[in-house]
Amino acid sequence: MTTFVAITVSGLALGAVYFLIAAGLSLIYGLMGVLNFAHGAFLTLGGYAGWAVAQQLTAARGGAGFLLTAGAAALAGAAVAAATELLLIRPLYGRQIAQILVTIGLDLALVGLLLGAFGSNSRAIGVPAWVTGVTAIGGVRIPDGDFVAFGAGLAVLGALTWFLRRTRYGIIIRAGAENRDMVRALGVDVGRAFTLVFTVGGAAAGLAGLLNSVVFSGALVDPTQGDQLLIFAFIVVVIGGLGSIAGSALAAVVVGLVQVYVGFYAGGGAGLAQLGNVSVVLVLAVVLLVRPRGLLGGST
Amino acid sequence: MTGTRQRDAAVAAAGLHVSIAGSHVLQGIDLRVPEGGVTALLGRNGVGKTTTLRALLGLLPSSGTIRLLGRDVTGWPVHRIVRLGVGYVPEDRDVFAGLTVRENLRLAEIGPRPRYDLVYDLFPELKRRQRQPAGTLSGGQQQMLAIGRVLLDERPLLLVDEPTKGLAPRFVTEVIDVLQRVSAACTIVMVEQNVHVVRALARQVVVLDHGRVVHAGSSADLADEGLVRRLLGVSA
Repeated sequence: MTTFVAITVSGLALGAVYFLIAAGLSLIYGLMGVLNFAHGAFLTLGGYAGWAVAQQLTAARGGAGFLLTAGAAALAGAAVAAATELLLIRPLYGRQIAQILVTIGLDLALVGLLLGAFGSNSRAIGVPAWVTGVTAIGGVRIPDGDFVAFGAGLAVLGALTWFLRRTRYGIIIRAGAENRDMVRALGVDVGRAFTLVFTVGGAAAGLAGLLNSVVFSGALVDPTQGDQLLIFAFIVVVIGGLGSIAGSALAAVVVGLVQVYVGFYAGGGAGLAQLGNVSVVLVLAVVLLVRPRGLLGGST
Repeated sequence: MTGTRQRDAAVAAAGLHVSIAGSHVLQGIDLRVPEGGVTALLGRNGVGKTTTLRALLGLLPSSGTIRLLGRDVTGWPVHRIVRLGVGYVPEDRDVFAGLTVRENLRLAEIGPRPRYDLVYDLFPELKRRQRQPAGTLSGGQQQMLAIGRVLLDERPLLLVDEPTKGLAPRFVTEVIDVLQRVSAACTIVMVEQNVHVVRALARQVVVLDHGRVVHAGSSADLADEGLVRRLLGVSA
């Protein structure tokens, strides 16, 4: 039972990281109809930004230091995402194939740049003990990093929900996902909303890149980690329903839990840990057959 | 067209061409709508009435020149044209189904002092249903919301596409009444199939056929049954 609880918490933490990645993908597709294949590179850049800041904070690896590291990761993701929207996506609105190709090209270029700059070896991110430690609750030993990831996911879900429900830009984003032309016909400069959505999505991706490194990769960051995660994030977006933040949150939890349960119980003993990944694809197939628009497709 | 006449016109389009998916829908529209009152755009289905409104607002790529409210808006982005003081009520209302009534209205605010009092005075039902998702409103209530959105701010020009289409008779009467009151303070260009509604509201009529203007004159022209049958294919 204690193992089950520990695995469940781990699955929720993994789901939280998936949600952070999927939220941006879903918002970007929902409002702009853009499939952003460079999102994985935003993650990786977030991880490297966190690593770079943590290098400078070796003397202050307490709570504030880690928050600075996380802030730097989010900022790096936001900055590169905003630049991507303004310089590469904006000139290509209405040309979906060209947008897909340019985001694929950007992803390859950024990964190549990181490989050139840092090599293929992983870099270790300095993190405080309260993130890497273990807490025992009722006899169950749970890594503190799981709490950090899950807490970050919940905080971002809460902030996004508030933003989408309570702010004018949130209303614009929700309306734009329904009918972009009509939003423009009401006098709204949709281009600003596009940049904002890309920036918010990039920030969440950058944070996810850091948390994935810290919680699930032994505090290591490497140039290709983002692309590996992006596949699962796309699966989460499709299962949840394109454009739906609530759907992404629900699907992220489902995918995270299924992946760790199957990976541990069905794959662990037989040395087939990849079964967890395969099971996620099966869940995707079932959802597409039963609910082609995803679990909560059409709602934000 | 002289400079003076251009200043007097709320809408002045010249040589307006629009192609959609390879089909040449507008084939050189020359349109002049004077300031004030309601001007009805008439014509059979598919002659380009809705396309004309969407092209004027910049929602469709077009060639030719467009002047609205005295400004050359050719090539302007849609939001800039709207912020000049142009309101658009689309054919199928296009309210945002997932947003509440209040959120739909909030989205339409473009000025510092939105006139909620005016909108709620014209459509008390919208006030009662502020928290209701717009997708759950009836067709008539959605039309109220679509019209209410463009009345939140003072807009000298309204482009209104088939405002009574598919509405129950009591809503038709209400919409006619509101448009009549609103037209006292602005110019309305209205696409409408219902000749009785046009007679009740319009001062001028412009008839399109095959993507061109084939008649422009007073709404009194609609009393000529032969003309109506020839241009619109319906009896007066």
